[in-house]
Amino acid sequence: MSLLGRARPVSSAALSPACCAHCGARLAAGQERFCCSGCEGAHALVAGLGLGAFYGRRETEAGALRPEALAPGLDLAPFAVTQRDGTQRLELIVSGLTCGACVWLVEQALAAEPDVLSARASLSARRLTVTWRGEAGRANDLAALLQRLGFRVAPWSPACLRATEDAEGRALIRALGIAAFGSMNIMLISVAVWVGGDMGPALRHGLHWLAALIGMPVVLLAGMPFYSSAWRAIRAGRPSMDLAVSLGVLATAGMSLSETLRNGPYTWFDGATMLLALLLAGRVFDRAARRRARQSVAELLALQEGLVSRVLPDGHMEAVQAEAIAAGDRVLVSAGERLRLDGVATTDALLDAAATTGESVPRNFAAGDPLPAGAVNMGAAFTMTVTAAARDGSLAAMARLLERAEQAKGRFVAIADRASRFYVPAVHAVAALTFAVWWGVLDAPWQVALVNAVCVLLITCPCALALAVPAVQVVSVGALFRRGVLVTSATALERLATADHAVLDKTGTLTEGRPVLIPEGQDEAVLARAAAIARASRHPLAQALVRACPDVPLAEGVREVPGQGLDAGTARLGSPAFCGLPPSADGMTLVFREGSGEPVRFRFADRMRDDAPASVAALAGLGLDAELLSGDAEGAVAAIAWQAGIAEWRAGVDPVAKQARIAALKAAGRRPLMVGDGINDAAALAAAHVSASPAGATDLAQTASDLVLQREGLAALPEAIRIARRAQAIARENIGFSLLYNVLAVPMAALGLVTPLLAAVVMASSSLVVVLNALRAGKA
Amino acid sequence: MGVLIYLIPASLLLGLIGLLGFLWALRSRQYEDLDGAAARILFDDKPRKETPQ
Repeated sequence: MSLLGRARPVSSAALSPACCAHCGARLAAGQERFCCSGCEGAHALVAGLGLGAFYGRRETEAGALRPEALAPGLDLAPFAVTQRDGTQRLELIVSGLTCGACVWLVEQALAAEPDVLSARASLSARRLTVTWRGEAGRANDLAALLQRLGFRVAPWSPACLRATEDAEGRALIRALGIAAFGSMNIMLISVAVWVGGDMGPALRHGLHWLAALIGMPVVLLAGMPFYSSAWRAIRAGRPSMDLAVSLGVLATAGMSLSETLRNGPYTWFDGATMLLALLLAGRVFDRAARRRARQSVAELLALQEGLVSRVLPDGHMEAVQAEAIAAGDRVLVSAGERLRLDGVATTDALLDAAATTGESVPRNFAAGDPLPAGAVNMGAAFTMTVTAAARDGSLAAMARLLERAEQAKGRFVAIADRASRFYVPAVHAVAALTFAVWWGVLDAPWQVALVNAVCVLLITCPCALALAVPAVQVVSVGALFRRGVLVTSATALERLATADHAVLDKTGTLTEGRPVLIPEGQDEAVLARAAAIARASRHPLAQALVRACPDVPLAEGVREVPGQGLDAGTARLGSPAFCGLPPSADGMTLVFREGSGEPVRFRFADRMRDDAPASVAALAGLGLDAELLSGDAEGAVAAIAWQAGIAEWRAGVDPVAKQARIAALKAAGRRPLMVGDGINDAAALAAAHVSASPAGATDLAQTASDLVLQREGLAALPEAIRIARRAQAIARENIGFSLLYNVLAVPMAALGLVTPLLAAVVMASSSLVVVLNALRAGKA
Repeated sequence: MGVLIYLIPASLLLGLIGLLGFLWALRSRQYEDLDGAAARILFDDKPRKETPQ
């Protein structure tokens, strides 16, 4: 993340003329310095604060910092906490905070406010802590300032906290620090003993005591993560790798202590502590890679977590959490907003229920019809009466279905655990046999027999074996992260590598899940004029029109007529009825009329993603036959299946049937990969062998998925499978190598030929080979 | 060999100081935001306000 080297030294004036001076997106013809009015405002704001140096330092992705129109109704004042000294403190999660310069800009812009006492942003956690003197209501002003700069903010939620407050991770780092300190200092003493052949027994005894003095506390403290996990494994009755590590380390330390007491020639404290340090290093890296993925998911969820506007009896509005709403309350659903609760409205409502049922076309719900939570309001704002509180509603029912599916999935046994199931008993049997033969058959003193038996434990202590899989995980999870794929589960890669069937959802997965203008030869000039007016609205269809013609600036004097359309002087853009035409059947039509001229229709549809056929073909090439499951009507599903090249499809499938289909596939011995984005897919996602959700999926689907694709499109999926399979192959190589090394080392240990020096060299070199081999997993 | 009487305790003491420093840094949450710390060191202009932890 260095600013040196990667940041191009560009001042805002010298910025390439083809890029927006604020967000860096490519400019269209006719635009001078900015891609939109939001960026122009943001740039003026930054310059006014004297923070222009930001543009020379930022390394964000182009277009990431484009300010959007402010989200309505998000009142942050309740989230500000009053401190004991009367100051206010607010914690936010900030999306778009991707480089050091962003941290600097955010902190300095907030610090420029006279009443702000401090502002501190964390780049890893995307968390901003700001304190100020004064009223809680200032929270909204500060958040608005960040939004004008192009950052999206949301209150820091418990979900983010779980993902980032990593007490266990901190304990691991502490243990690693202690183990590294111990092993280095003990090695210093051990080397003196190994090379000091002419050393007197008294001095050697003293040095061994010194090593024991450092070694015993280090082994006890730094080994705690392994001991507690091993204890859990014993209680669960299944041997784990941690159990082998714990027994090996404790036996080695105990034997070394007894050798110190009787002034034996060697102690093995260096081996025990080095083993701990190497294993802990593997753990720390493994955690760091997954923590980043968990954080990104938590960030996405925090931004989706919405407040609802409750209508009070006196007609006023208040923003409250969806959980606080009881059945019978009235809430306002504004245009483009997602329903958080089930309800009924007294007026007709046009809803896009794609996320709940998979229908791609918005449907008109008559007054009194039950409105499902999760649907998006495509029409005018309306008030509805809530019929069920959040915990009794259809979303909660779906979450319960999801939970059951996850329980039914059972425990997937990771490859490392499978290896340790036969490995651990075998190693302990060999160690016991060594002791028995030396003591019982060869009549050696019991101390000698014990030393040799423990040497077997130490040398087989699965240093390479325990690093074999985590090292590969770190490298491949990091490689996937760079390609925009978040891996949220520890065993996801193993499961992905073995998937042999792909089940795809239609709306939002194979298709873009949002309306796209159907090109029907509309006049360019008319389209540009309509798009200029559409810029004023957040209505999904208006935004689709803007996306079709993104380069035009906002038109002057546009007035929004709620629920009907936009009015700019003599021009009108809106529903067919608004422009004097009969209404369209599906609500996916906008009409533009200039004065008394001929009305122009713009029709929209949910279009298939450009890379869908290629991705389906790539999946087939990897041995995954694709199958389409959708809640939508037969015609639409068949058309998309044909376009995407999928032979097998089912239409009109509800959430329970989706899950049942996955269960049937698993019962038939297949290992299905489920890809879906909707609330209706969540249970199937959780039930599948492995699951993925595309960019823009609902929060429920993302929580249920093992992989979250961050970039648009499905192209990352075949590549993720390739990386996962390569990672599995390398992990198997590593396990094979460490077993081979054991086959060679164990006889030497059993014969009593292993000195501490030899143990140290073998341990370090085998770990190094395994780690170096793992580095190959990053190359796809 | 008498020099070992001084040198070994001295080396252990130095190592111990390093370990304590590490534990202090961990406790004061300096390992929480490694990416941010790497970027922050390059902000060469004077901060407008103290930005405490």
